[in-house]
Amino acid sequence: MSGSGTFIPWLTILVALPLLGAVAVVVMPRGSSLARAFALGLSAVVLALSLVVAVQFDAGGGFQFVEEYDWIPAFGAHYAVGLDGLGLLLVLLTTILTPVVILSSWRDADEGRWSSNAFFAWVLALEGLAIGVFAATDVFLFYVLFEATLVPIYFLIGGFGSARRSYAAVKFLLYSLVGGLLMLASVVGLYVVSADSAGGPSYRLEDLMALSGDMGTATGRWLFLGFFIAFAVKAPMWPVHTWLPDAASEATPGTSVLLVSVLDKIGTFGMMRFCLGLFPEASRWATPVVMTLAVISVLYGALLAIGQNDIRRLIAYTSISHFGFMVLGIFAFTSQGQVGSALYMFNHGVSTAALFLVTGFLISRRGSKLITDYGGVERAAPMLAGIFLVAGLSSLSLPGLAPFVSEFLVLSGTFTTSVLAAVLATLGMVLAAVYILLMYQQTMTGPVRESTRHLPDLRPRELAALAPLVALIVALGFFPKPALDVVNPTVDRLLEHVGASDPDPTVAAEEEGSSQ
Amino acid sequence: MDSISSLLALIIAIPAASAAVLLVGGRWTDRWGHVLGTLAPIASFVIAVLAFLDLQAGGGEPLQQHLFTWIDVNSFQVDFDLLFDQLSALFVLLITGVGSLIHVYSIGYMAADPRRRRFFGYLNLFVAAMLTLVLADDYLAVFLGWEGVGLASYLLIGFWQYKDSAAVAAKKAFVVNRVGDVGMALAIMLMFASFGSTSFAGVAEGMESASAALATALGLLLLLGAAGKSAQVPLQSWLLDAMEGPTPVSALIHAATMVTAGVYLVTRSHFVYAETEVAQTAVVIVGLVTLLWGAVIGCAKDDIKKALAGSTMSQIGYMMLAAGIGPAGYAFAIFHLLTHGFFKANLFLGAGSVMHAMNDDVNMRRYGALRAALPITFITFACGYLAIIGFPGLAGFWSKDRIIEAAFNENVYIGVGALIGAGITAFYMTRLMIMTFLSEKRWQRDVHPHESPLVMTAPLVVLAAGSVVGGALLLNNWIVEWLEPVVGVEEHHEALLSPLLITLLVLAMVAAGIVVAFLIYRRDKISPEAPTRVSLLTRAARADLYGDAVNEAAFMRPGQQLTRSLVQVDNRGVDGAVNGLAALVGGTSGRVRRWQTGFVRTYALSMLAGSALLVLGLLAVRLA
Repeated sequence: MSGSGTFIPWLTILVALPLLGAVAVVVMPRGSSLARAFALGLSAVVLALSLVVAVQFDAGGGFQFVEEYDWIPAFGAHYAVGLDGLGLLLVLLTTILTPVVILSSWRDADEGRWSSNAFFAWVLALEGLAIGVFAATDVFLFYVLFEATLVPIYFLIGGFGSARRSYAAVKFLLYSLVGGLLMLASVVGLYVVSADSAGGPSYRLEDLMALSGDMGTATGRWLFLGFFIAFAVKAPMWPVHTWLPDAASEATPGTSVLLVSVLDKIGTFGMMRFCLGLFPEASRWATPVVMTLAVISVLYGALLAIGQNDIRRLIAYTSISHFGFMVLGIFAFTSQGQVGSALYMFNHGVSTAALFLVTGFLISRRGSKLITDYGGVERAAPMLAGIFLVAGLSSLSLPGLAPFVSEFLVLSGTFTTSVLAAVLATLGMVLAAVYILLMYQQTMTGPVRESTRHLPDLRPRELAALAPLVALIVALGFFPKPALDVVNPTVDRLLEHVGASDPDPTVAAEEEGSSQ
Repeated sequence: MDSISSLLALIIAIPAASAAVLLVGGRWTDRWGHVLGTLAPIASFVIAVLAFLDLQAGGGEPLQQHLFTWIDVNSFQVDFDLLFDQLSALFVLLITGVGSLIHVYSIGYMAADPRRRRFFGYLNLFVAAMLTLVLADDYLAVFLGWEGVGLASYLLIGFWQYKDSAAVAAKKAFVVNRVGDVGMALAIMLMFASFGSTSFAGVAEGMESASAALATALGLLLLLGAAGKSAQVPLQSWLLDAMEGPTPVSALIHAATMVTAGVYLVTRSHFVYAETEVAQTAVVIVGLVTLLWGAVIGCAKDDIKKALAGSTMSQIGYMMLAAGIGPAGYAFAIFHLLTHGFFKANLFLGAGSVMHAMNDDVNMRRYGALRAALPITFITFACGYLAIIGFPGLAGFWSKDRIIEAAFNENVYIGVGALIGAGITAFYMTRLMIMTFLSEKRWQRDVHPHESPLVMTAPLVVLAAGSVVGGALLLNNWIVEWLEPVVGVEEHHEALLSPLLITLLVLAMVAAGIVVAFLIYRRDKISPEAPTRVSLLTRAARADLYGDAVNEAAFMRPGQQLTRSLVQVDNRGVDGAVNGLAALVGGTSGRVRRWQTGFVRTYALSMLAGSALLVLGLLAVRLA
C-alpha cells in the first residue's frame, strides 16, 4: 500500500482485534471472571489504539489511514477502509463506550440464556464490526458489515435481558431485515449504474460519488429510497420506530447502550455518507418529506416519552426524539446543521449511555423498571441520584453540557433554511424538560418509600463506569472545539459535493444588494 | 488596567470552583464547606470592586477579556468573552455584594440542616451562573448563564425535595422557564440567520440596517424569555410556588437577582427595542399588567413569603415598564432593580428571621406583636417596609417615583396604572407589617419567639442601611449618567405633569394605602384562621388570579390527553400494524413463537437468502 516500510494498518487492527478477542473469550473457561477481565482489558487496548489514531488524525486531510485491496473484482468490491472526521468521531464513540459497557455489565449476563462468556464475546464482536461499518469506504463492504452487525446484537438482545426479550429480538430483526433487503436492492442497482460507466464496476465510495452527477434522476431517487428507508429503520424515525422501545426495554442496559448509542448511529451516519454522498439530487428532492418526518419524530418521541411508566421505554422514546434532531440537521443542508448532527451523534451516544447505565444500576437494585415503584431515592443514594440528574440534564440539552452545543447547532442550521421546522423542533426543548424532570421527580424525590429506604448507593465499579461519561459530557459542553474542528472539513466537502452552501445572513445580504 | 481585565474570569471562576469542590467533594467537605462557600462570593465581590474602580478611573472604557472560542462552525462563531461595562458592573456588584450577605446569613439559617454543605454548593453554582449571565458579551453565552441560573433555581427550590410540594414546585419553575427559553433560543437563531452573529456588538451593528418587522420579532421573542425568568404575566405562575425553597434562596434568587434577569435582557437589548415601537409597547403592557397582578395577589396571601413573592412580581413589573419606555426609562429600571435588590433581600431575610423564631411557620395569621420579641428584625424589616412603599427619602421613594414619572410622560393611562400600583403596594405591605409585628399575639401553643443570632442579624442591618440610603445612587443624577454610555441618552420631551405634582400624587396614594390597611386590620380582629366568606376578588387573588387554573385547562390537561392517546396509538396502531404483519408472515402468532425458538436456523437461512439474492442479482445483470 504505502511506499515506506513503516505502514501500519491501523483500521484493520481496530476491526480485527476485538473480533479475535471475541473468539478468545468464547474458548475461555466459564464461571470464572477471566473472560470478562480479558474483554475489559482488550477493549481498553482498542480504546488506547483508537486514541493513537485520533492523535495522528489530520483534521483537514480527507480520508486517512486508508487501506484498499481488491476483494471481488467481478463486482468491483474492495476491502477499502479509511476515516474522515465523521468516521473518526463514531469510531471513538464505539471504542469509548465498549469498555464502559463491559465494566458496567460485569454481572448482568450471569442469568442469560447462554454463559456470560457469550455475552462478552458478542460485545467484542459487535465492537469490531461497528468500527468496520464506520470505516468502510466501499459500499459493498459497508453493506456486508451493516448486515453482519445484526448477528451479535440479535443474540445480545434475545439471549440476555428480561422476560419478553425474544419477542423484542425478533421484532428488531424483522424490521432490520426488511430495511436491509431494500438496501440490498439499491446496492445491486448501484452495480448496474457503475458497470455501465466508463471505469467499469466499482463499489468504491469515491468512484460512486464521482458518478452521482451522471445518474439518471429516476434511478437515483429509487436507489436513494432503498438506502434511506434502511437507515430510517436503524436510526428509528417515526413511523418505523416501534421496535426500539421493546428492544431497549427488554435487553440488558449494556446491550441497550450498544444498540442505541452505537448501532443506531449507523442510520444517521449512513444518511450523511451514503444518501447525501451517492444521491445528492435525490436527497434534495426528498428533503421536504424527510424534514417533516424528522420534526414529527422530535415531537412524537418526546410526547410518547412523557407518557411512559417504564424507565427504559422512556429513554428509548427520548432517543427517537433525538434522532429526529440529527436527521433534521443533516437535511438542513447547512454546515451548522450537519456539523451539529455529526456532533449530536457522538453526544447523544455518551449522554444516553450514561442515562441507560445509571438507570440500569437503579433498576438492578429494586428489580422494577416502573417509575411508579420508586420515590425518594435521592435520600438513600445521593450519588446515583446526582449522576442520574446530570445525565438527564444532558438529555434535555442544558447549556454547559455537551448535547446543548449539537442541538443548538442543528436548530440554528435548520433555522436558516426552514424557519418552520426549526420553530417546531425548538418546542421539543419544553417537552424534554417535562419528560426528564417528571421522571426525576417521581423516582428520586418525594418522601422516602419503604422499598427504597435501603437502596445502596453506587459501588466503585459502577462509579468507575459512569465517571468518564460524565466527564466527557461536561468537557464537551464547554469545549467542543476539538470535535468541531475534526468534523468541519468533512461537512464542508460533503456540502460542496451536494452543491449546497450556507445562506448569507439576511440583513447583511440586503445591504450588499443595495450597494450594488 | 489590563491586569484587572485579566482577573475578570476569576469573578466567575472562584464561585464555580467552590461549587465544584462542595458538590463533588461530598461528605469530606461537610465541616468547612459553608466557610468556603461564603468566602467565594466575597472574593468575587472584592475583584468586582477593583474592576469597578478601574472602570470609573478609565473614563468609562469597558473592561474586556477573551477566554476561548466556544463554538466555531464556519460563520457560526461564539466566543467566551467577558464584558465589564457600566451595566454589567452594577449587576456584578449587586450579585456578589447582596449575594455575600445572604451567604453569611445562610450559615446561621441553615445551621441545623444536615445538607448545609450541599446548599452552599448550589448557592455558589447559582452565583457563578448569574455572573456568567451578566458578564457574557454574546447572547448564546448569556443563554448559558440564563439556563444555568434556572438549574440552580431548580435545585434550590427543590432543596427539601423529600417534600412532594417542593419537588413539584421545582419542576414547575424549570418547565415554565423553558417556555420562556424557547423564545430566547429562537431569538438567538433569528439573530444568527439575520446578522450572522450572536454577539452584542454584532447584533447591535446588524440592527442598524434591520427592518422593523425583524426588530419586532426579536423584541417579542426576547420579551418571552424575559417574562419566563422574571415571572411576568403570562409566565408568572412559577414564582409563588418557588417559595418552597429555603428563605435565603427566595431572597437571593427569587427577589434580588435571578428574577431581574429579564430586565437586564431587555435593557441590554436596547438596540433591538430602539427599532420597534410594537415590542416596546408590549414590554410596557406586560410590566403594567404584572405590577398590578402581583400587587393584588400580595394583598390576599396569609403566607408571609407568598405575600412578598407577589410583591416581587409587582416590583419587577415596575422595572419592566420602565425598561419598555426606552432610553428615558432604562436607568430608572436598573435603579429600581438595585434598590429593590436591597430592600427585598432585606424583607425576605427578615421574614426568614421571623420564621426562624416561629418554628418555620409562614402563616401571618399566627404571628402578631413580634416587635418586642424580635427587636432587630423588626427595626430592619421596618426599614425595608418604608423603602418599598416609597417613604420619602428612602431608597424606594426615589426609584419608584422616577418610574411613575416616566410612565406619566409616556402615557397617562400607564401613569395612572403605576400610581394605583403604588397605593396597593402600601396597602399590602402595611397589612403584612400589622399582621406580623403589630396587632396582638396569635401564636400557636409551643412557640417561643427569640431573636436570631448575630450571623443572621448582621446582614439584616447592612441591607437595612442600604434600603435607607440606596437612593444616593441618584445624587447628581449619577446612575443616569453612569449608564448613558450603554443605553444612550434620554430625549427630553414635554412633561405631561410636573414632577412635583406626581410626587405628591404618589405620596397621597401611599398614604391612602396605609390608612386603609390600618382601618381594616384595626377594626376587624385578625382571626388565626383565614375567613372563608370573602369577596370574589379576594378569592381570585388567593388563587393567584387563576394563573394555574388557566395553565391547567389550556395546556396541562389537553397535553396529558394528547400524550395518553398517542401512547394508545403507538401501542395499538403503529405497533399493532407491524405485529399484524409479522403474524401474517408467520401465519399465526403460534407460528411466530415457534419461529423464535428455531430462530438461529431461520436467521441463517435469511442471511443465506440475502447473499444468494445479491449474487444472483449481480450475475443476472452481468449476463444481460
